[in-house]
Amino acid sequence: MRYAMAVDTRKCVGCSDCVVACQTENNVPIGYCRDWVVEVMDGTYPQLEIEIRSERCNHCENAPCVRCCPTGASHFAAGGIVLVKPVECIGCGACIASCPYDARYPHPKGYVDKCTFCFHRIKNGLKPACAAVCPTKCIYFGDLDDPNSEVSAVLKMRKSKTLIPEAGTMPQLYFLI
Amino acid sequence: MREEIIVSGRMNPMVDPHLQIWHWQIPLYLFLGGLAAGILFFAALYYINGKEKDYRAAVRLAPFLTPLLLVLGLLALFIDLRHKAFFWQLYTNIKLQSPMSWGAWTLLVITPVSFVWCALHMKELFPKWDWKYDWLKTLEAFFNRYKNILAWVMLIYSVILGIYTGILLSAFNARPLWNTSILGPLFLASGLSAGAATIMIISRSKEERRLFAIIDLIIIGIELFLIVHMFMGFLASTQVQIEAARLFLGGPYTMSFWIFVVTIGMILPALLEILELRKYHVPAVVTAVLVLFGSLMLRFIIVYAGQASRWLY
Ligand code: SF4
Ligand code: SF4
Repeated sequence: MRYAMAVDTRKCVGCSDCVVACQTENNVPIGYCRDWVVEVMDGTYPQLEIEIRSERCNHCENAPCVRCCPTGASHFAAGGIVLVKPVECIGCGACIASCPYDARYPHPKGYVDKCTFCFHRIKNGLKPACAAVCPTKCIYFGDLDDPNSEVSAVLKMRKSKTLIPEAGTMPQLYFLI
Repeated sequence: MREEIIVSGRMNPMVDPHLQIWHWQIPLYLFLGGLAAGILFFAALYYINGKEKDYRAAVRLAPFLTPLLLVLGLLALFIDLRHKAFFWQLYTNIKLQSPMSWGAWTLLVITPVSFVWCALHMKELFPKWDWKYDWLKTLEAFFNRYKNILAWVMLIYSVILGIYTGILLSAFNARPLWNTSILGPLFLASGLSAGAATIMIISRSKEERRLFAIIDLIIIGIELFLIVHMFMGFLASTQVQIEAARLFLGGPYTMSFWIFVVTIGMILPALLEILELRKYHVPAVVTAVLVLFGSLMLRFIIVYAGQASRWLY
């Protein structure tokens, strides 16, 4: 099993519903977020190209945050999902410094927090909150090992990219371009 | 032209814009650890070489500082932890890939060793020292018998500790400035140099001061070589590392790095040491304080600048 997510940069309108849905679903403290929306503008007027991306933890296959964690609080769970166990986390910040995507934040309670791919929801067969709520349905989620999952299907059909693959992290968050 | 705007959701006051997660505690911890490593290294080295009597400050006196340095360093690290009640998790796990875990275990070995080393030299500070209880005396006799082994443990672990202070940072490939293996040897050299400087302050023997002035001079030469090497490596590397080097070559950290670390912390004390060796009188304290200052600034500037360096996407 290999969970992955694909975000369609051509359909995303940058409404930030995914951000609010995540904050609500996961009780994210005010002022913090586990996912966020980035708008990239390329070119010079009038030749402009815009890309809108809903970003979050990439659940990297070669995750530097898991490698650097001194206690094992950051670990791989089923399907390659990277999770943090609050009761093992000492809040040293090594994982925050080691994530090239700045996907983690220190929770005011002391431990480090980040996107879990809504582990508690997918266990019960639901989609992650961001994917469930997206009004343009541009977030695809599923198992890459299953050729019939929606994420496998869309990645087969469409051209995609990952963010800074040259950092060697093998990200599992794909962007359809 | 490429412009990236964060539309929404990215309002992490603690995280953006640079993801500054480590503040003064970590560089201070690295400095104190490096300094303690330097002092213990020379103590063990000259004890093993049988120079205990000639270099009294190095082998017997300076190590009295190290328990204090190590405990203060650990305290700084502890203050940095955000989930303090769970700090013991460090010692229920061994994670070979995590330098932080390595460091925690190294400190668990070298801190008690430094305490024992001091206990063995109590009579040096207080000639009338008496351990009062018999079991303490037995313990002292026991460690005295195996002092040579203790010295070897101290030698090896002080090198590991010194290198660790740099490896801790270089393991983070997310911060291109830190992601160079030169940081290990550079921080080790900086710690040894700080250790030599401390011995120069404490020593009352002309000969010993002269020896450590020469040692320090050599180490400063190595440090300068490593720094030049580091920048050559960066400039010949990928765009992100070129950007990282630019932080020091015209960027916001240029002045502080080249003035405080390189000029005041390395070149100036090296010149003073050369004068001293040419028989001009230069107070050792002045040279040593400059070296210590440079070593401290090196950690601060690298830790802060590293967090400003990142991958672009
Ligand atoms: S995106 Fe960052 S936090 Fe998520 S797995 Fe990769 S390195 Fe770890
Ligand atoms: S802050 Fe927590 S999860 Fe992150 S590296 Fe430290 S112990 Fe591991």
